[in-house]
Amino acid sequence: MSFATSRHECTARVPAMKRTLPIIIVLLAIVLVWYAAAIGMNAQWQNDVYRRADITNVPATQFIIDTWNQEKPVLPTAHQVFGELWNSTALVAPNKPRSLIFHAWVTFSATALGFVMGSLLGIALAVMIVHNEAMNRSLMPWIVASQTIPILALAPLIVVIGFNIFTGTMGIPTDPARLMSKAIISAYLSFFPVAVGMVKGLRSPEAIQLDLMHTYSASANQTFWKLRWPAAMPYLFASLKVGVAASLVGAIVGELPTGAVAGLGARLLAGSYYSQTIQIWAALFAASILAALLVIAVGIVERLVNRAMGARPA
Amino acid sequence: MGPNAVVSAQNLGLTFKTNDGDVVALSDVSLTIDKGEFVSFIGPSGCGKTTFLRTIADLEQPTSGTLRINGQTPENARRERAYGYVFQAPALYPWRTIEKNVALPLEIMGYSGSQQAERIKRTMDLVNLSGFEKKYPWQLSGGMQQRASIARALAFDADLLLMDEPFGALDEIVRDHLNSELLKLWAATQKTICFVTHSIPEAVYLSTKIVVMSPRPGRVTDVIESDLPRERPLDIRETPEFLAIAVRVRDGLRAGHSYEEHV
Repeated sequence: MSFATSRHECTARVPAMKRTLPIIIVLLAIVLVWYAAAIGMNAQWQNDVYRRADITNVPATQFIIDTWNQEKPVLPTAHQVFGELWNSTALVAPNKPRSLIFHAWVTFSATALGFVMGSLLGIALAVMIVHNEAMNRSLMPWIVASQTIPILALAPLIVVIGFNIFTGTMGIPTDPARLMSKAIISAYLSFFPVAVGMVKGLRSPEAIQLDLMHTYSASANQTFWKLRWPAAMPYLFASLKVGVAASLVGAIVGELPTGAVAGLGARLLAGSYYSQTIQIWAALFAASILAALLVIAVGIVERLVNRAMGARPA
Repeated sequence: MGPNAVVSAQNLGLTFKTNDGDVVALSDVSLTIDKGEFVSFIGPSGCGKTTFLRTIADLEQPTSGTLRINGQTPENARRERAYGYVFQAPALYPWRTIEKNVALPLEIMGYSGSQQAERIKRTMDLVNLSGFEKKYPWQLSGGMQQRASIARALAFDADLLLMDEPFGALDEIVRDHLNSELLKLWAATQKTICFVTHSIPEAVYLSTKIVVMSPRPGRVTDVIESDLPRERPLDIRETPEFLAIAVRVRDGLRAGHSYEEHV
C-alpha cells in the first residue's frame, strides 16, 4: 500500500471525537477569555455596589460570581446573553415586540427584499457590462465609486428621503414604506458583489467555447443562455453569499437612524439608550445567527443547482 | 476550381497586427480541397496550419486573397452550417451530459426534439459512445471526451469536418485507436475532412492529401497526394509505400526549415 492511500484512509477514519475535539478546545478557550474579561470589566461597578451597600470582605468566589451576574454589566457573560436569547424567543409569543423573533422577522423581510432587488440589479448590470464596451467603461467606475461612500453616511438620507417619498408622493402606507427604504439600503450594499462576481462569471467561458458557438452561428441570446449564464453559476453563488450578508448589514443599518421601533437594529439602538447591554448582545447574536442561516440557505440552493448541473461531487 | 471543390484558396494571406509588429500567419496560400478528400495539414508550430483552418471556419479573417467554401464566402458558409469544427480540446460544456453536449448545435439550429434524439443516437453510435449518453464529461476519459466532441461536430451533418489537432493531447495508444476509428467514420460518412496535426505518421496514415507547411511566414511548401489504398489497417504503417510518403513529408518539413537557416 502506498503512502498516499494509507494517509487518505486515516483521514477518512478519524473518529468524530477526534475531529470535533479541536473545535471544542477553541470554543472553550473563547468562553474562558470571555468570562475572565467579564470579571475585569465589571469589577469597578461591582466594587461601587459593595461600597454603597457597605459590604466589605467579600470572598473572591462571591465577587467573581457577582461580576458575572450584574443587571447592566459592561460585558455580559455567555449565560446571561443566551438566557436573554432564550427568554426573548422561546418564552415570548413571536408577535410581541418583546420577542427577538418578531424583530428578526422585521429585519429579515427587509433583508430578503433588498437582497432580491440588489441581486437582480447586480445581474442586470453585469449583463449590460459584458455585452457592451461603452457600458463597461461608463458604468464600472460608478459601481466602484458607489461602494466608497460610507453606508452610515448614506443610510439616513435614503431612509428619511425614501420614506417621505414613499408615504408622501406615492401614498404608500407607513409599514411597507419603511420596509422599502430599508430594502433599498440592503440592495445598495448587495448589488456590488453580485455585479462584480457576475461580470467575472459571464466572462469566464474560454475562447474555445465561444469559438464553438461562433461556428454554429449562434445568436447572442443563445450564447448567453447556453454558455455564459451556466458558466457564471459558480461565480453567482459565491457573490450571492457575500451579498446576502451585506444585505443584512444594510437592513440593520437602515433601522438605526430612523427611530424605528421594530427590527434587530432598533433593538440594538434601544438597548444602547437604556444601557441594556445584555439586550444588545442578545440582538447581536440574533443578527449573526440570522446571517448564518441566510448564508446556509444560499449554500443549500447552490448545492441543489450544482447537482442539477452535474457538478463533480467534491 | 473544379465543381467538386469544397475549399478553394487563392493567394490567401493573413497578417496579425500585434504590439511587436506584424506577424505574417499565412502568405500566398493557394490550395484546392475536393469533395471526399481527407487532407492533413502538417508543419511546426507557427506555420499557420491552425490559422488556415480557422480562416476556413470564419474564425479568422484573411487580409488578402480569396477563399471560397462550397463556392461561398466563409461567412456565408458558416451561416449555412457548412462545416463541423473539432478543437484541440474537447470543449464540452461541463454542465451538460454527453447527449446534451451533442444536442447543443441541434438546439441552436432549431431541430425538433425527435430529430435531435434520432441524430444523437446515430452520431453516438458512429463514434462508439452508445451507453454513455447520460454521463457528464468529467466521468469520461480524455479520448472518450474527444470522441464526444467529434459526435457533436457530426450531429448536424455538415459535409465538411475541420479538425484542429483533435488527438494531440492523447497518448499514442488511444491516438492510434481513434485514428483507425476516424478512417472508418470517414468511409461511412463520405465527408471531406481537413485535419491539422504535427505527427508525420498520423498525417500519412489518415490522408489522401498531405499539405506540408512552414513558418515565418506561414506558407505551403509541398502538397503530397497519397496513393495508399483507402482501406488502411494499422500495420500499413510498416509498408515501403507508407514509409516513402513519410520520407517525402519529412523532406518537405526539412526544406521549410532550411529556408530559415539561410536567412
